[in-house]
Amino acid sequence: MSEIAATNHPTHLQHHFSEMAQQNDSAKLGMWIFLLTEILTFGGLFVAYAVYRAWNPDMFLMAHKALDVQMGALNTVVLILSSVTMALGIRAIQLDNPKQSVRFLVITIGFAVMFLVVKYFEYAHKFHVGQLPGKFYTYTGIEGTNPHIFFSIYFMMTGLHALHILIGIGLLSWVIRKTRQNIFSSQYYAPVENVGLFWHLVDMIWIFLFPLFYLIG
Amino acid sequence: MNMNTSQNQTAFAAPHVLPLKIYLGVGALLLILTGVTVGVSFVPLGGFNVVVALLIASVKALLVALIFMHLLWDHKILLIFFVTAIVILTIFIALTMFDTMERGLVNPETRSPIQQDAIIYQNQQQPANTNGTGGH
Repeated sequence: MSEIAATNHPTHLQHHFSEMAQQNDSAKLGMWIFLLTEILTFGGLFVAYAVYRAWNPDMFLMAHKALDVQMGALNTVVLILSSVTMALGIRAIQLDNPKQSVRFLVITIGFAVMFLVVKYFEYAHKFHVGQLPGKFYTYTGIEGTNPHIFFSIYFMMTGLHALHILIGIGLLSWVIRKTRQNIFSSQYYAPVENVGLFWHLVDMIWIFLFPLFYLIG
Repeated sequence: MNMNTSQNQTAFAAPHVLPLKIYLGVGALLLILTGVTVGVSFVPLGGFNVVVALLIASVKALLVALIFMHLLWDHKILLIFFVTAIVILTIFIALTMFDTMERGLVNPETRSPIQQDAIIYQNQQQPANTNGTGGH
């Protein structure tokens, strides 16, 4: 019996799992538990947003006009496209096509960089005119009380999100390198899949950030 | 213990591959919904603007979670986890809003203790102390 087990043992099956399906399920379960903590991390910021918007509905309405809807919409489209290419990259490795997988993952990184470039131009403009959080706020073009609160929340939420994009680029590069080394196949691609889950979550958070900041009223 | 059969048949996991059409279709749907949410935001609906925006965003997020993140076909425990996080977040937001919005009903004087002396910046015609509280 031990001989059969030894000959049929998949290369990537760790000895503490009885079969690949179990190992993959465990990896995914762990990733999802991490994603829950991510949802709750951003959740705290969403609560801050809800409280301050409820307290200052008019200020939020006036302050959000300082954001560029076109830039925000462009970034939404870019992230959705990156999610599609991420999913297609996973599909390619499921079909034992590492070359195609690498291509899709590289395109995904391309979209991620594009997102950050757009974000850079938005941030640079706000730094330039002084639409900044808290005491750094020096802009005079917005009517109402305490518009710096809007920009505090804006920079916290989009900043944390942009940090996640940066981490995502790092994770994607790592997965691309391992795919190039032919480590992944239809039998073992849990890291690709888990990086994909992370990437989709980052996209999902932006799906909420976009209407909440750029499309108020 | 049926070690033989389990080793021979399920030791290697067969991935569940979705057809290309599904990914492209969901991607197109997400882009269309993005267009809709931008368009609707320019229609004045008063308080309903934020409701519509969040509704569309939730549909989009659900599409990403169920299809792209494969929750529809994965082990149901993952879906339960995801729903749990959403429920906890909803409780978090709802209870906080009950507190912060209805605090004045209990004690009008402590209704908004934070904002009263925290006007850092103001740019409007009215005197500073008429509408510092935001309120309802």
